[in-house]
Order: sequence, then structure tokens, then C-alpha cells
Amino acid sequence: MEIKHTALAGTLESSDIQFTLSKGTGVEINLDSQVEKQFGKQIKKVITDLLSEYGIENVNVRAVDKGALDCTIKARLIAAIQRATDTQNQPNWEVLG
Amino acid sequence: MLNKVNREIPDDILKEKNYKPFETTEIGNPETTYVAHQVRVSQGDDKLVDSIPEVIEKTGLKNGMTISFHHHFREGDFVFNMVMQEIINEGFQDLTLAPSSLTNVMNDMVIKAIKAGTITHITSSGMRGSLGDFISHGGLKDPVVLRSHGNRARSIENGDIKIDVAFLGVPNSDPVGNANAIHGDAVFGSMGYSLMDAKYADKVVLLTDTIMPYPNTPASIEQTQVDYVVKVAKVGDPDKIGSGATRFTKDPKELKIAEMVNQVITHSQYFKDGFSFQTGSGGAALAVSRYLRKSMIEKNIKASFALGGITKPTVDLLEEGLVNKILDVQDFDKGAAASMANNENQQEIDSSWYADPYNKGAAVNQLDVCILSALEIDTKFNVNVMTGSDGVLRGAIGGHQDAANAKLTIISAPLVRGRIATVVNDVTTVVTPGDSIDVLVTEIGVAINPKRKDLIEALKNVPGVPVYTIEELQKRAEAIVGKPEPLEFTDRPVALIEYRDGSLIDTVYQVKD
Repeated sequence: MEIKHTALAGTLESSDIQFTLSKGTGVEINLDSQVEKQFGKQIKKVITDLLSEYGIENVNVRAVDKGALDCTIKARLIAAIQRATDTQNQPNWEVLG
Repeated sequence: MLNKVNREIPDDILKEKNYKPFETTEIGNPETTYVAHQVRVSQGDDKLVDSIPEVIEKTGLKNGMTISFHHHFREGDFVFNMVMQEIINEGFQDLTLAPSSLTNVMNDMVIKAIKAGTITHITSSGMRGSLGDFISHGGLKDPVVLRSHGNRARSIENGDIKIDVAFLGVPNSDPVGNANAIHGDAVFGSMGYSLMDAKYADKVVLLTDTIMPYPNTPASIEQTQVDYVVKVAKVGDPDKIGSGATRFTKDPKELKIAEMVNQVITHSQYFKDGFSFQTGSGGAALAVSRYLRKSMIEKNIKASFALGGITKPTVDLLEEGLVNKILDVQDFDKGAAASMANNENQQEIDSSWYADPYNKGAAVNQLDVCILSALEIDTKFNVNVMTGSDGVLRGAIGGHQDAANAKLTIISAPLVRGRIATVVNDVTTVVTPGDSIDVLVTEIGVAINPKRKDLIEALKNVPGVPVYTIEELQKRAEAIVGKPEPLEFTDRPVALIEYRDGSLIDTVYQVKD
């Protein structure tokens, strides 16, 4: 799937994460997290796994994390992906399932 | 070597600094000798000094000496920065800074003084913000020594901390040094921590913006203790000294914890007429006093005393007749500070009376119930209130180790904060040993220290209080947040955590970035 335009999901509230997806070459993740030292690798893994499930190979991911749990990270990233790929109305049931 | 809470304490630190590793929470009845201090005899007519530079000269401050301050003005303190700037300006070197604690408003000045070589050693109750970060990244060569309020009193009495010059900001004083903190613009209520400095420092300087006619009473600091009084423009910002009106939390998680803490207290053997308690500040702790009030009225139980850092809700209990006395070492909000002037049953106590392990009996030894907080608590019930989830210094021991010797010590803490587990296998830094902790209360239930079989029995069928083992709570927390990568530290110590008896309980190392 291709990123069609820049899209955003999530907030900067405590326990949330804010994603900004934009066009890029290859997958580039820029993570700013309060818990980077303890959970940086895990957060990046959740992001890359989900991107590959959606078949997104070219994207710039900017993530500002305020201590979100994995389930929140996934939910926010799915929202951002659907907005950036204009697929809000065609949810990818295989990934969501 | 490994100490009794399984922390590796470097042998060279034990040897160089003449430390014993932590052994036990039992103090026993050792004999000790208090140190005396110098007295420059005065008839009192030469005490009033015009300026800070002049008073620094008169005190005879020299390189290598120890200076002290108090933190009762909290985030509204003007005195520390005023005095420290002048000491830096005059080029003093190699001083030891020994305040009762360091607040955020002092951080930049401390860093400046370290960079200028003015301060080379620090002992404090704790540190936060930019200073904690600076120290945790190796900003000071000599490790900071962190002591509880009771331990600071002990250390001043036995000479481990020998204060050469104490610079004490006060809201008022007469020209010969009779001072209190209940009148003036910048009132802070109890002068608890600073009273030790006034009693034991060789030179005692008061700084005030309000000179009162002689004799200024009630006198918390007495003229017999004071060398000089300096008039300055303003000692503090009244709006930042204590929080304004204390509002009760509306956070459902904190309310649930508070309700459960109250259930634990009221179902314990200690909840009877004449019991005593310390609640401290913080959302859940404050909410406990509201639930406790209701239970006390229902059961017609009155408390003999409330202890510690005092807040308005505790004063309300006093005025309502539900608490007979308040033993007050510091005040956390304006209401508590202001009421000290009006309530004769709100007794100011110094930090030795409050919590010193090496005197003829401190108030904490009489305490039944104590509610404390935690950044982390581990499966051995050891508590960390000093280092954050990134390993950086961001807290203070305060009275934690001291008050934890209450007959029923309750830690109130959420199971997780954001993505950080509060209940863990091993805390980053041991501040208070698990031996003195009895019950952990989280929003999902409680865990009881296995050695407290009486409490396990008393709390086994309390409605709304599910009992877990602490291992179960740790696993619940991990299931929510996942397994964190271990923090990385260098092998360079940046802070030494003393237990209240002066033994070494843990070491904080420089963080690796």
C-alpha cells in the first residue's frame, strides 16, 4: 500500500502516542519516547510489524510517545495508516482481525 | 560486598568513606555522643548586618567549609540563590553543600556553583529536575550523599555533617535573632528542619525581609543561637511556598486506592481510640484523610496525634476534634502553615524530634499508621523513591525511611504509571527496606508482607479489598506494560543512599546514554 499524503493520528496526552505518516523512501522511523530506554525496541517492533502487515514499504513515521501501551500504539498507527492511504472506509479486516 | 537488601556496595566506598553496609532496620539502644559547636560570644548589639557580602565576611567562611540552607520555602525560595550567587562571586572553592533538601528553584544555581568549583560535595534529602539529571550524568566528581530527614538530624548531632555556616531564611526576626515562620509575608508554618541547623551550626545567619521589635515571640529560633541577622528585600514568593487550597483528587484510580487504604487501616488492630497516623501529601494520601474522617466519625474513634508534613485536611481534623494534636515538622500548603499561628495543638517539632533514630526517642517511634508513596516497589517490598524509570535522580528520601517504622506502614501506589510498572521484581534503587513495609495498596488490590501474619489474617475477608501476593501483582503489572529492557549504568557512583542509621543501603550509578 502507498502513502498518498501526510496524515496524523493520536494525541500528546499521557499514555497516548501521536503518529505522523508522510511519503518517504523505505521505512524510516523517528521515535521520540519517554520510555525509549526500556521500551524503544518493542515500540519500533510493533510499528514495523504493523507496517509490513499493511504492505507499506515506503513511509516516514514520526512517533511521539507518552508511554502508550502496545494496544494503543497499534490503534493509533492503524488510524494513521488508513488516513494516509485514504482507506478509512475500507478497513483491512485481515490486519484488524 | 552484598548488603542485607542484596545490593552490591563497592568495597572501596565502604573503606574510603568509612561506611558500614546496611544490616537491619532495628536500631536498638546504642550509645552515642553528640558534637558541640563553636560559640562567638555576643551581647546582641552587633548582630544586624546590612548586606550578604558583609555577613559572609563576618562569618569567616573559608574554602573547604560546609554551608547549609533549609527548603521550607520550597519552590518560592529566594534566599538560597541570593546567598549562593554571592558566594560564587567571591570565588570560594571546595565547599560542602548540606541543605535539608534541594528544590527545583535552586537547581540552576547549584549547577553553576559546581561548575565554578564552589561546591564540590553535596549531602541532601534528594534532588530533582535539571540538577538530578546533571548529577546522574556525572556532573559532580564526589558522589552525593542522600539522607532521610531523621538521618540528617542524626548526622548533624554526631558530627557526620559539621555545619560551619548556616544561612537560614525566615519570614521574620527581631534584631537579635528571635524568629518564627508564622508571621510575615512568606510564612511557611513549622521551621522543623532548619531548627537543627540553628542548634548545631558554628555560625548561624538569619535572612529576613521583616524585622520585628524585640522580643519577637513565639521564637522558634532563639537569639541564643543566632550570630547575625540580615535584612533582605524579599525572602520568598508566598504563592510558591506551598500549594494553595488543597483540592481532593477526582482521579478514580487514586480514589479507589484511597478507599482501599482506608479499609486496610480500619480493619487493622491499630484502628482504635487514641491511634496515630501520618498521611503525607499526594493525591491518594490526601483522599485517605477524607475516608478516614468518615470512618472515625462512624466508629466514634479519635486520633491522639497526626505526624509529619502537614496539610489543610489534617488541620481540619484537628479543628473538628477528631485529632487531638498535630506534631508538625513542615507544612505542605498555606492552610496548614497559617493555622500554626492559631492552633496551640499544632506543635512545631524539629527533625530530631520527628524522626531521628539516634536520640532518646522520636515521634515516628510512637506512630501507629503511616501511608507512604513509591516510584517502585519490588517483590521483596523494597521501595524506591529516588530514581525514575530512566535511572535518573528525581526524588527525595524525605521522611520515608523514618516513618516506615510505624506499626502499620502502607505503600499506596498505582500498579502501573503509563507504561512504567510500579510493582517490579527488583527496584532500581533501594531507599526503604522491605522489612519496614507492611502492606502495598494498588487499584486492583493489596499485597501483605508475608512476615505480617496478623495482617494477612485481619484482611483476608474484607469486602472490596482483594488480597494478592506481591509476586502476583508484579506479574499483573508486567502483563499490562510488557518486559522492559534493563537500564544501563556506568560503574561510576554518583549518589550514595544512606539508611537512617548511617549505613549504606544502595548506590546510584551514572546513567549510560
